[in-house]
Amino acid sequence: MKRSELGIYDRIFKPYSYTLPNGKKVDEKRSRLPMVLLILLLATIVSGEVTGFRISTLVRRINYFFVMLFDMFPPDWSYMAQVWTPLWDTIKMSLLGSAIGAVLCVPFAVLSSSNLVKQKAVTAFFKFFFSVVRTLPTLVVALIATYVFGLGTLAGTVAIAVFTFAYCGKILYEQIETVDMGSHEALEALGMGRLSAIRYSVWPQVLPSFLSTVLFCFEGNVRYASILGYVGAGGLGLILNEKIGWREYSRVGMILIALFVAVVVIETLSSWLRSKLT
Amino acid sequence: MTEIKLTPAETLSKEPKKWIASIFVALIALFLMLWSGSALESNSTGGSGLSVAKGIVLGILHPTTDILFTIQSNGVPYLLLETMCIAFLGTLVGAVISIPLAFLGAGNIVPKPVAVLFRVVVMAIRTIPSFVYGLMFIMVTGPGAFAGLLTMSVCSIGMLSKMFIETIEDLDKGILESLSAAGCNTFDKIRYGIIPQLMPSFASTLIYRFDMNLRDATVLGIVGAGGIGAPLIFAMNSYRWNDVGAILLGLVVLVLIVEWFSSRLRTLLMRG
Repeated sequence: MKRSELGIYDRIFKPYSYTLPNGKKVDEKRSRLPMVLLILLLATIVSGEVTGFRISTLVRRINYFFVMLFDMFPPDWSYMAQVWTPLWDTIKMSLLGSAIGAVLCVPFAVLSSSNLVKQKAVTAFFKFFFSVVRTLPTLVVALIATYVFGLGTLAGTVAIAVFTFAYCGKILYEQIETVDMGSHEALEALGMGRLSAIRYSVWPQVLPSFLSTVLFCFEGNVRYASILGYVGAGGLGLILNEKIGWREYSRVGMILIALFVAVVVIETLSSWLRSKLT
Repeated sequence: MTEIKLTPAETLSKEPKKWIASIFVALIALFLMLWSGSALESNSTGGSGLSVAKGIVLGILHPTTDILFTIQSNGVPYLLLETMCIAFLGTLVGAVISIPLAFLGAGNIVPKPVAVLFRVVVMAIRTIPSFVYGLMFIMVTGPGAFAGLLTMSVCSIGMLSKMFIETIEDLDKGILESLSAAGCNTFDKIRYGIIPQLMPSFASTLIYRFDMNLRDATVLGIVGAGGIGAPLIFAMNSYRWNDVGAILLGLVVLVLIVEWFSSRLRTLLMRG
């Protein structure tokens, strides 16, 4: 093995040398595992110091975690009548938000796919735009939306739309970049315009997986929408926050059970639909 | 034999007619949209929404520089370090809890009913919103980064065990059989047959989850469970948009850097 092929790690820790029965010499590079473990250990110690992680506190006081959990049982079944409206609100918020986000992200995703748009600067700009939008925490978007649109489900819908836009957009342009461009070229050679060529060659290839991404995102959004109420953006979070504040834990338990059932139903439905799609 | 014409218009006119199915799907979609649109309501701020938005955007675009570059405990760099530590240890503790759960939920390791039971448990754990966990853990440890860490770890369990279960169910058992045929004991089989198969995928999942945890860490702030979320929410609630801009700038830059590193590491892992 030539000297220049060895990285800095292999120069410090020399590779093992074996002599094979036929007299040939082979090198086996040292495993990276000790280095990785050392870095992980250091990171763990530093994080432990910064966050004040104490296993003793955890062992001594973990029972307080279950106090609230056990107070939730038995749940207050009669409260269910008042859970329906916020539950449907949460589902409607995530449905509409996912739909708006999914529709909006299509043109942007086309603009950021390097096989459809030849200008490097344009695709790089839109890709960066998607990354930045994706890093914005949903809760912050929701809070800003409540200042702009007022308290209520509209703010939550906007926040979910923004999140869906960024998430589905990224996956969509990655899919567009891996499609088979042969049919697109063939249609252009037949004299089709760019847009109709995309419509008839690229779109049918990405549509099934795009729809399945959107459905997957919708599943996650239902769960996420229940948090948004915390900042006043409507839905289950609103009453959840209120009942925790009033320490009515049996009602909290009821809300959580309703949410659990809703999530299970939606996930089953959506995974069935997704299995039909692909 | 009839002549085949190849103009695009004629070729396209031979497309299978699926318009009934399309209209049906479109109607369902339209109905769902109208139905969900009925929930839209907002206590309007009296038409001042646009000016509010303008103020917010202007504030965010002019971040306060003095909290961005101090190394005191209220400065952005320290808060980011704390957030990263919470996300890191949270992912680690989450992994420690989810690995046994994943083995118990994998259909090829344990009997089917047990696997289904543990999957339902994981799903139930995943349903409880993160701020509820945050409030529960604050009762255990008091407000602060420790509570945030524990919350992160419990919130990671859902996704981590799901991905781990998929990896475990993809295990190639032929390798184990050939190892026992070569005379290996159980320990050798785990060391040379199972760990090398699981490790790359597990590590990749963990790196991805760390990435997500960093992004979700703001949720913890709202219940006072440490990290950069609390200062961010305080700044937003008191309309200090310049500070919000500074914190968001720090967070976005950090997340972008970590995301770049994590995707590079994951491609390295996938290539072996």
